[in-house]
Amino acid sequence: MGDPAVLELRNLEAAYGAIRALHGLSLTVRTGEVVALLGPNGAGKTTTLRVISGLLRPVRGQVLYRGQEITGRHPAYIARMGIIQCPEGRQVFKNLTVRENLTLGGYRLRDPARERRNMERVLALFPMLKERLHQPAGLLSGGQQQMLAIARALMADPEVLLLDEPSLGLAPRVVDEVFEALAQLKANGLTMLIVEQNAEKALGLADRAYVLEAGRLVLAEDAARLRENPDLIRIYLGR
Amino acid sequence: MQAIGSPEFWIQQLINALGLGSQYALMAVGLAMVFAVMRLINFAHGTVMMASAYIGLLLLQRGVPFPAVALGAIAGAAALGVLLERIAYRPVRGAPDVALLLNSFAAAVLLENLAVLLFSPRSRPFPMPALLTRVLHPGGNLFLPSIHLWAFAGALLALGGLAFFVTRTRLGLAMRAAAENPVAAQLLGIEIGKVTLLAFAIGSAMAGLAVLFWTAHVGTINPSMGFEPVLKAFVACVIGGFGTIQGAVLGGYLLGALEILLQGFLPSGIVGYRDALVYGILILLLLVRPGGVLGYLEAERV
Amino acid sequence: MQLVSPTRWGWIWTLRALLVLALASAYLAVEREGNAYLKRLAILFLINLMLVTSLNLFTGFTGVFSLGHVGFMALGAYVSAILTLPVAQKAVNLPDLPAPLASLALPFLPALLLGGSAAAIVSLLIGVPTLRLSGHFVAVATLGFLIITHVVLINAEAFTRGTRTFSGVPPYTTLGWAALWAALNLYFAWRLKHSSLGLQLMAARDDPWGARGVGVDIARTRLIAFGVSAFFTGVAGGLWAHFLTAFSPNAFYFSKTFEIVVMMIVGGMGSVTGSALGTLLVMVSTEVLRNLESGLSIGSLTFGPLYGLSQIGLAVLLILLITFRRQGLLGDRELRLEAIAERLELWLEKWKAALEISRARKADPS
Repeated sequence: MGDPAVLELRNLEAAYGAIRALHGLSLTVRTGEVVALLGPNGAGKTTTLRVISGLLRPVRGQVLYRGQEITGRHPAYIARMGIIQCPEGRQVFKNLTVRENLTLGGYRLRDPARERRNMERVLALFPMLKERLHQPAGLLSGGQQQMLAIARALMADPEVLLLDEPSLGLAPRVVDEVFEALAQLKANGLTMLIVEQNAEKALGLADRAYVLEAGRLVLAEDAARLRENPDLIRIYLGR
Repeated sequence: MQAIGSPEFWIQQLINALGLGSQYALMAVGLAMVFAVMRLINFAHGTVMMASAYIGLLLLQRGVPFPAVALGAIAGAAALGVLLERIAYRPVRGAPDVALLLNSFAAAVLLENLAVLLFSPRSRPFPMPALLTRVLHPGGNLFLPSIHLWAFAGALLALGGLAFFVTRTRLGLAMRAAAENPVAAQLLGIEIGKVTLLAFAIGSAMAGLAVLFWTAHVGTINPSMGFEPVLKAFVACVIGGFGTIQGAVLGGYLLGALEILLQGFLPSGIVGYRDALVYGILILLLLVRPGGVLGYLEAERV
Repeated sequence: MQLVSPTRWGWIWTLRALLVLALASAYLAVEREGNAYLKRLAILFLINLMLVTSLNLFTGFTGVFSLGHVGFMALGAYVSAILTLPVAQKAVNLPDLPAPLASLALPFLPALLLGGSAAAIVSLLIGVPTLRLSGHFVAVATLGFLIITHVVLINAEAFTRGTRTFSGVPPYTTLGWAALWAALNLYFAWRLKHSSLGLQLMAARDDPWGARGVGVDIARTRLIAFGVSAFFTGVAGGLWAHFLTAFSPNAFYFSKTFEIVVMMIVGGMGSVTGSALGTLLVMVSTEVLRNLESGLSIGSLTFGPLYGLSQIGLAVLLILLITFRRQGLLGDRELRLEAIAERLELWLEKWKAALEISRARKADPS
């Protein structure tokens, strides 16, 4: 038996009105793991994260956090439990400064001392943010905003970090930087669930991966094996 | 009356503009805060003001001393704002803008006619303590209604407090975040419901304060008194930059100045058209710079 | 056109004939026998119907809220009233009226048409700049128009007598005139909705970017709808002026706007038949509530004068509708005779089938 599952999805079915987005999805994330959720556009990857974070109520199925059911709870509640999401498109608060964005990251802690400590740690990890503490976040480049989004999420001391397409819209070199930062976080023991279209980068970081297609799980494997798996390579990396 | 252009004239206009602008700024801020967190133009803002005036009158009639009356009116306004949010707006959260607009329209009509039902449509006098209504006479041709100075002082305090709250406190920061991006805010553990409630409470309280000065100026209260203030507040918001607190404050003072200037300089034949001119300017502004003076919003062009 | 069975056609034509018959007899009944109260209500209903249908023609089809439409009503009312006021009356009521107008007194139809046209022209003037903006801003701009109109009416005393009552308007509005114009209005709205222009409008409403993608000139289509809508609203204003014969600027402000908006929402934004139903329903309920305003006694309890009750009723109705059923009665669909015919046919089939079964059972109870 491996490490206990910190996040578990059981038979999730989700829909947007009449359109089914997820059909009976089940997956697990164990403590300290990095799990990648791969698949083409519209496969349901973002939907999965929305359900976990409470932004979308599933039609059927359960979301369990450390064995406790959190299905359908309010997003703020789920965030306070320690499941923090870096949403698609960064979504930094553009009119607020970098510092204010980070402060907001620590909102759930309600502990000024912890907040200060986290701020130091996070700025040490992302020194380029330190230089821009008082700039409005909207002025940062795409890559810098992604770093800010991750840093902001880290401020909350997440138990599980959900990342939605961190490489989206970024130049290859910047994507490398982002994933380097993520690798460091992994080395520090952070549990992550990463949704990505860039399968290569994601598999380079992850321990295990799930592949979604049209709302259904089609593949669940160790990341190492998937990099050599012909199915996957044919479908995604070849394109 | 002072000669137009004399220094006394300008001081007079300045004091008037500061007083009027302070009232408008306080009223506009409430409207802006609610729009920021809910994308809702709260037409019932004016009726909340009217209701707080009536609460004040009821307290006054029971012999409550004036400072307590003022606090009671402000607290009443805040409570009513919260009630309004719960009953009329929360159920339609997330609906298209038009639905929210109509609901706020209806809420305003409902509250106004409830007041008519309970209190009769007649105007009632609202006696103010002499301290507020005194007219200072520093000399020469200068007559300064002290109410304008009180309004300015009140606005400075209230708006200053609000500025501190919004920039220096965690909750204020959360409110700004929720206004900008509610989804991202929720993902960080910020509860939108609580933040919205707070916005309504604070915004309504500010309006409650403003209506005290307004009433001191007018002298009477009646159920339709909230109508004009909410329109002015709205215009102030648009002029300054819709949806932001800074825009509301700036717009409030600009509108006050504009109205006083027009009142002072328009020939007597046209001065009745003052409000039409103000609205005309408003529409022009919407066409060339929909984001107002501070220019935050971009109106989509079709 | 879908293939329709002969029996269905039979039903449809029967229903159409019945409808025409019902309307005609209702008209004759009210015209000849009806008491004055009923007649007044009927005329008021028809005028309100015009106001609601015209508003719906714009707001319902485009999705853009015009809060200033009552301003067009005011324009139509004042312009037509000034034109028809007898010269002698003008000298007394409007002594400062400029010379060419002061010596003019037009018959009803030209005055109505000029009133409507004035409204239409003004609508084009304000429409050209403002209709390009997105929904929220147009609502605000049209609100500004309403207020500006109100202020102008109060101040242009030479033309309008300011806040004083404008009285002495010749009572030209008969049930016939009202019915005629209402029918015209409904006809135009119906044809517009089912024309290519109507399709373009609704496409622009539901998906502006998609509509532009297929070449819809949104600003132009909106402007046309706005102009037509303003014209009929202006005519309705003229009819109203010559019905009440005395009015003041306060009649053309927020209460009237609110009333019309509620009627439109009740019926369904974008539905022509809905406008009729909505107007009817709201007028009936407000009449009932207004009669209660003077006082209500239940058993031994008396509730004194309840001013404002009808407005409260309207407000509550609107809040409930917006919260629970935003599309009102019909949404943007129409109450079609064809659909009723279909229902009737199905119902008849079921009834026949049920008869057959019971007959068969009686014959063979096994």
